[in-house]
Amino acid sequence: MAPLPSRRSALLTIGGTIIALVRPARAEPRSHAVLIDKMKFGPMPSEVRVGDSISWINRDPVRHTATARDKSFDVDLPASTEGRCTVTRAGAVDIICRFHPGMTAKLAVLP
Amino acid sequence: MSRLLVLAAALAITTGAAFAHDSQLSDPQIAHIAYTAGQIDVDAAKLALAKTKNAEVRDFAELMARDHAAVNEKALSLVKRLNVKPEANGTSAGLTKQAAQAEKRLRKLSGAAFDRAYVANEIAYHRTVNQALSTALIPGAHNGELKALLESGLALFTAHQTHAEHLAQTVK
Ligand SMILES: [Cu+2]
Repeated sequence: MAPLPSRRSALLTIGGTIIALVRPARAEPRSHAVLIDKMKFGPMPSEVRVGDSISWINRDPVRHTATARDKSFDVDLPASTEGRCTVTRAGAVDIICRFHPGMTAKLAVLP
Repeated sequence: MSRLLVLAAALAITTGAAFAHDSQLSDPQIAHIAYTAGQIDVDAAKLALAKTKNAEVRDFAELMARDHAAVNEKALSLVKRLNVKPEANGTSAGLTKQAAQAEKRLRKLSGAAFDRAYVANEIAYHRTVNQALSTALIPGAHNGELKALLESGLALFTAHQTHAEHLAQTVK
């Protein structure tokens, strides 16, 4: 299990009142990998955040794509190659192969 | 029942063809059958691309031509690397003969009748080849890399069969 990104906070004391300023976690972007084999997307990585990158590794002898239905990325994957994209949008992203309608997956992207 | 008999039976159900009854398939024979099966579908796709005016049928045929050519390219480089010479046999000859008959039938058709017949033929053909792959060619392959390529081929043919079945709904 990957460690959760650290959350840093700063505390300020003004006139006896404690105000917590919580900065949203901006951990270093991470890279993830998804295997494509026998006409299927392998398991999607968990804990993907906006700004992270995903390597799509095509093990099949034919060309695929890893395409976000919301058009936020579209990676062309010739046979036995890999391609990379950066995740730019949070939420549930439906992923398809533009050539093979049976190939679908769902990626959860955290903000 | 020998593997070849299973294969012959699987093919005969759809095609009614008679196949040679060798007792056991060798890797060079299996490679020849798989390559022939791919080439037949590339040729059918080329015919469809020359005849169809339906955009979805065209997209499908382009995919068939590209995917099967890609797998056959892999198969060729594999047999070359393994120093295996694909060997013609009764099963691949039977496939070629059946394909010639299907082509003759399809050539006479045009328009929506052609589209329907091409897609129906693709469904039946992929089903036949899938059955042959899973009952005879994959279990019969001795070399691990050849077996792995045939397994990828089965996944591909299965996806194509489903694709063709969906396409059939739109070219009714
Ligand atoms: Cu694909």
